[in-house]
Amino acid sequence: MNNIINIETLIFTASIGLVVIGIYLVIAEKNLIKIIIGLNLADSGVNIFIVFSGYIKNKTAPIFSKGSLGFENMVDPLPQALVLTAIVIGFGVTALSLAIAIRLYKHYGTLDISKIRGLKW
Amino acid sequence: MRKLIGLILIFGFAFYMFTIVAAIVIPSDSSEKKSVGIDILQNSVRQTGAANAVTSIVVLYRGFDTLGEVTVLFLSALGIALLMKGGRSFKHKTEDESFILKTGSHLLFPFMFLFGIYIIAHGHLTPGGGFPGGVIIATGFFIVLMTSDVFKFRDYFLTIIEGFAGLSFIVLGIVGLFTPEKSFLVNFMNKGVFNTVFSAGIIPLIYAAIGIKVSSELSGAVGNLFVSKYGRRSENE
Repeated sequence: MNNIINIETLIFTASIGLVVIGIYLVIAEKNLIKIIIGLNLADSGVNIFIVFSGYIKNKTAPIFSKGSLGFENMVDPLPQALVLTAIVIGFGVTALSLAIAIRLYKHYGTLDISKIRGLKW
Repeated sequence: MRKLIGLILIFGFAFYMFTIVAAIVIPSDSSEKKSVGIDILQNSVRQTGAANAVTSIVVLYRGFDTLGEVTVLFLSALGIALLMKGGRSFKHKTEDESFILKTGSHLLFPFMFLFGIYIIAHGHLTPGGGFPGGVIIATGFFIVLMTSDVFKFRDYFLTIIEGFAGLSFIVLGIVGLFTPEKSFLVNFMNKGVFNTVFSAGIIPLIYAAIGIKVSSELSGAVGNLFVSKYGRRSENE
């Protein structure tokens, strides 16, 4: 049992779970704010997944400060640098979509996408 | 019907991820992972002089990518400004903020500003850097904007600061073209004493430029989003 439930499986399950919840919210919800929350959740799940892909068991953060254990005992720094980019772009997407939601609310008086003309599916 | 389609889709996605991808990503022995990260860890201290390997990747190895990232952030702030400036605006009657909230936010703001500057200045030594520090400073602006409607918001001033910060990033990159290495964003300055604040060549300078740019950009974006809450700025004045 200990071999099946380890930290890798837990983090992997959490990241995929977040992505799944986010995609479900985007597909099934009708409120624009909830759709944006779903996008954000999926974004966080993907970020956790990318950081996890560089994770190595029992190794430390890639910082060569005093008392660091040397480069043999560090996790892969490349996914973390990529995630820094992904977080910033996720923030930009969220802010822009919130601005669009505010404009839609100003124009139509509702955030329900089934009541907004041209957004039905 | 939408919910049914959604459930079928996400079950398919989750099944795919757990059966095929999990076998690739979760190895039986994770110490055998090999990637370009090993080479970067071996050489980053000698090549860049920064203690934080993630920072040396973000600013120097992938510096051009970071320039693009800053551009994406600028485009989103520009989009928000374009969307929120024109058109009719809300006329909401909002309650006055309580005295404790107002005073607390004004007391908190200088400390958040200082903490943001600390995070930006130590980007090459500790986790952090221009992006998180800039977001912390912008959060300070955000709290003040949330709690007081009398905050005079000068976004032309922020735009000028932002433009100069972005320009200094590009100029720092172009100076590298005139050094013996002849490449964009090369670390041409003296690397200094390892593991001190004034070390690692141009990394702290670039992170300072990024921090100033991100903080002013996000403060402007947040201010533009708040225009709708209190009506247009011209109507307030």
